[in-house]
Formats: sequence, C-alpha cells, structure tokens
Amino acid sequence: MSARIIVRVQKESFDAAAEAAPLTQGRRDIGALVTFTGLCRDEGGTLAALEIEHYPGMAEEEITRVAREAAARWPLDGIVAIHRYGLIKPGEPIVLAITASKHRTEAFAAASFLMDYLKTEAPFWKKQHVAGQGPGDWIEAKEQDQAAARKWRG
Amino acid sequence: MRALYFAFLRERIGKAEEEIAPPENIKTVADLMGWLSGQGENYAAAFASRKTTRAALDRTHVKHDAVIGNAREIAFFPPMTGG
Repeated sequence: MSARIIVRVQKESFDAAAEAAPLTQGRRDIGALVTFTGLCRDEGGTLAALEIEHYPGMAEEEITRVAREAAARWPLDGIVAIHRYGLIKPGEPIVLAITASKHRTEAFAAASFLMDYLKTEAPFWKKQHVAGQGPGDWIEAKEQDQAAARKWRG
Repeated sequence: MRALYFAFLRERIGKAEEEIAPPENIKTVADLMGWLSGQGENYAAAFASRKTTRAALDRTHVKHDAVIGNAREIAFFPPMTGG
C-alpha cells in the first residue's frame, strides 16, 4: 500500500477540514483520520506574533522525507503536512499534520511521529514579537522536543 | 560555494547568503566554521556557540565532521524550532 503524501510550505493560513478532504473523498476503506493543528499562543497576552523563518527548498524536502518515513513505518493511506512561515498572530494556525489509516492506533502514532520529527528536523525557526515592543528573541530549541524525537529511534 | 545563514546567525553576520572561497586546507564543516569565525567580529559572534550550530550540505543535515567535498551550498543555523 502506498500512502498519498501532500506536503506544503506556505505563508497563507489553511483550513484543516478542507485539507483533510482529499484523503477521504470517495474512500470507504479508511477508518481513522487524525488531524493535528498547531496554533500560535499569546503566552498570557505577552506575545504579539511569531515570525517564522524557513530554509526554502530544504523545508519541503525535510517534511517530505519525514512523511515518507512515517508511511514506511505504519500502514497509512494518506498524509498531509503543512507548515507556515512569515508573521503569525496568536490564534492562527502554524502547522497541520493529518494521517489517515484503517485503524486509530497507527493514525495517532504516525501523526505524533510526524510532529516530533517536524519540530526537530525541519528547518524552521521562530522569533517572538513581544506585545508593544516589536521583534524580540529567537525561541530556543527545547530538550523535551529532542527527547520526543529520539524515542522513535529506539 | 554558496553559504547560507539562518535565524540569529543571519542577524549576527548581517547577511542571508554569500559566495565564499575557503582555502584548500578547509575540508570539513568544522574546519569551515573555524575559518568563518576568523572572517570578522560578526562571524565570530555568529559562531560563538559552535557546538550547537547545525549545518546542511546541499540541503541535507550533516554533522560537524562531514567532509564538504564538492557541495555547492552550505547552510548554517541554530537548532530548529518549527512545529
């Protein structure tokens, strides 16, 4: 079985339900669709926006590589992975990971794997814009994210 | 070869990309980071935390001991924080 893989890196926002539609349209054999949307938080009102920088070209390639790895590890019917760049305001979506499979266990695991690897392997960097102050510090990579990605290698 | 800098490395160096011509004895990614660090205070500041700096040769993640060889593009960046 080969999973349908859709990967996009874009400035524009997205609609999770609309992005999931191509995976299930006309299908009667899919039993599980996991949709994860990562949103920009306002951090208690202190954050005005996140500025996301990416490495054009490599970003698409890395997400595709990770999606293919997920498709090789689990029996998936489809994957959608979308990551935005540019200025993103609190409440707006940043990232979308959708997995479709016959059963939920595989769909959940693949979506989780996708996100753990996307956070640590895809070339994106976030800069905080502090409310009332403009551009601030770059967000530092978290050890807990690295650890989450490492656990899949075991 | 083309060198690309992202996030705080780009800001500290003051440019997103440039053409570089390192001397013959620069073989690995680590060698290149050392050589770039000597190209000015801005480069030294960018590569101050060299241990955690990540690199990609022709858009593929590599470790510091990777040989540059005939790569056309090298990118330097801090650990990724996407997602």
